[in-house]
Amino acid sequence: MSEKNRSRGEMVTFMLNGARVQADPGSSLLEAIRFYGLDIPTLCYDEGLTPYGACRLCVVEVGSGKREKLVASCVHPVREGLEVRTHSNRVLKTRKMILELLIARCPGSKKLQDMASELELKEIKFRPLNDDCILCGLCVRMCEEQMAARAIGFAGRGRDRYITTPFDMTSEECRKCGACMYICPACELRCQGTGAETVLCSGCINTEPVCASRYDDAMCFMVPCLSCVRTPEDVK
Amino acid sequence: MRKKNQTTFEGSRVDPIIDKYNAEQGSLISILQDIQAEYRYLPREALEHVARRLNIPVVQAFGVATFFRAFTLEPRGRQLIHVCMGTACHVRGSQNVLEEVERKLEIKAGGTTPDGEYTLETVNCVGACALGPVVIRNEEYLSHMTPTKVSGLLKKV
Repeated sequence: MSEKNRSRGEMVTFMLNGARVQADPGSSLLEAIRFYGLDIPTLCYDEGLTPYGACRLCVVEVGSGKREKLVASCVHPVREGLEVRTHSNRVLKTRKMILELLIARCPGSKKLQDMASELELKEIKFRPLNDDCILCGLCVRMCEEQMAARAIGFAGRGRDRYITTPFDMTSEECRKCGACMYICPACELRCQGTGAETVLCSGCINTEPVCASRYDDAMCFMVPCLSCVRTPEDVK
Repeated sequence: MRKKNQTTFEGSRVDPIIDKYNAEQGSLISILQDIQAEYRYLPREALEHVARRLNIPVVQAFGVATFFRAFTLEPRGRQLIHVCMGTACHVRGSQNVLEEVERKLEIKAGGTTPDGEYTLETVNCVGACALGPVVIRNEEYLSHMTPTKVSGLLKKV
């Protein structure tokens, strides 16, 4: 934060999808990109918390030629002369694959299912795990940074990593404020209508089209709407 | 903030270790290693005490303790048997060695004998592949192990 304040005033210039744009030095790529109104999906990012780079959904492509690489924009600083592409084929493909993996892990989450509709994901090629956590760490950071409780954290390693209280017991530090559940992207269950057993939700009884957030006031009158565009054959 | 006298867990044995590292947060792993050497495992109260002294969340100490295979929260036996299950040892028959130890001690890998004498664990490679299958008994590396050699080894102790 202090670095951000010190260097305020001088802007860095970089290329965003071919357009020359300016951003505050010290801000992350994601912040800069969102400032220019581009939609980048995220799951582990929250404005009030330290970026963590866990979900990788915010991938963008930087550099050109052989230097071209994918980076997590939420933890990548803006730099002078950076070439950023937010919606190249490679980025979109990667983003879909990441979401596919996340959904295979956690098919019961409404947020993930909505995002799948938004990214027009049609198929999950992986065996579902039916887990209830994507290890995004939002709850851990929420507990530590906003609630100053530091009651939960990561334990274990690799595939056995999970979020817990010390010694898996009721923590003395926990005030049961519920902030961890409030911020969790996997807690909210998806609709339990027809096709609730499928890995990928068919979005059949979504009361609100998922595109509504993109076009604030206007309702979408396209037939079929994006959230109902999937036919039962699409959902496996 | 720090309540120095609020020792719940035999402060006499844990506190000198913490003092040795000046209660620095960055020395958490070294402190835990020394405590583990002292008690042969990490008692819950000791972890809580370390967290309090270092002024870190208990869950952070817990996270570190569960992250590394070298740390254990369960009491270990007096003698530690590690059987290497790395690729090189595996192709030379470490599975048979492990099964023989399991039969002999009547425990599964990861378990401790009821009398608290042996703890049996597997490791994934100890970097002594040319000597495989490797069994480590109390930090002593034993090379070219076979089921017969292993049973003799356990009888002697």
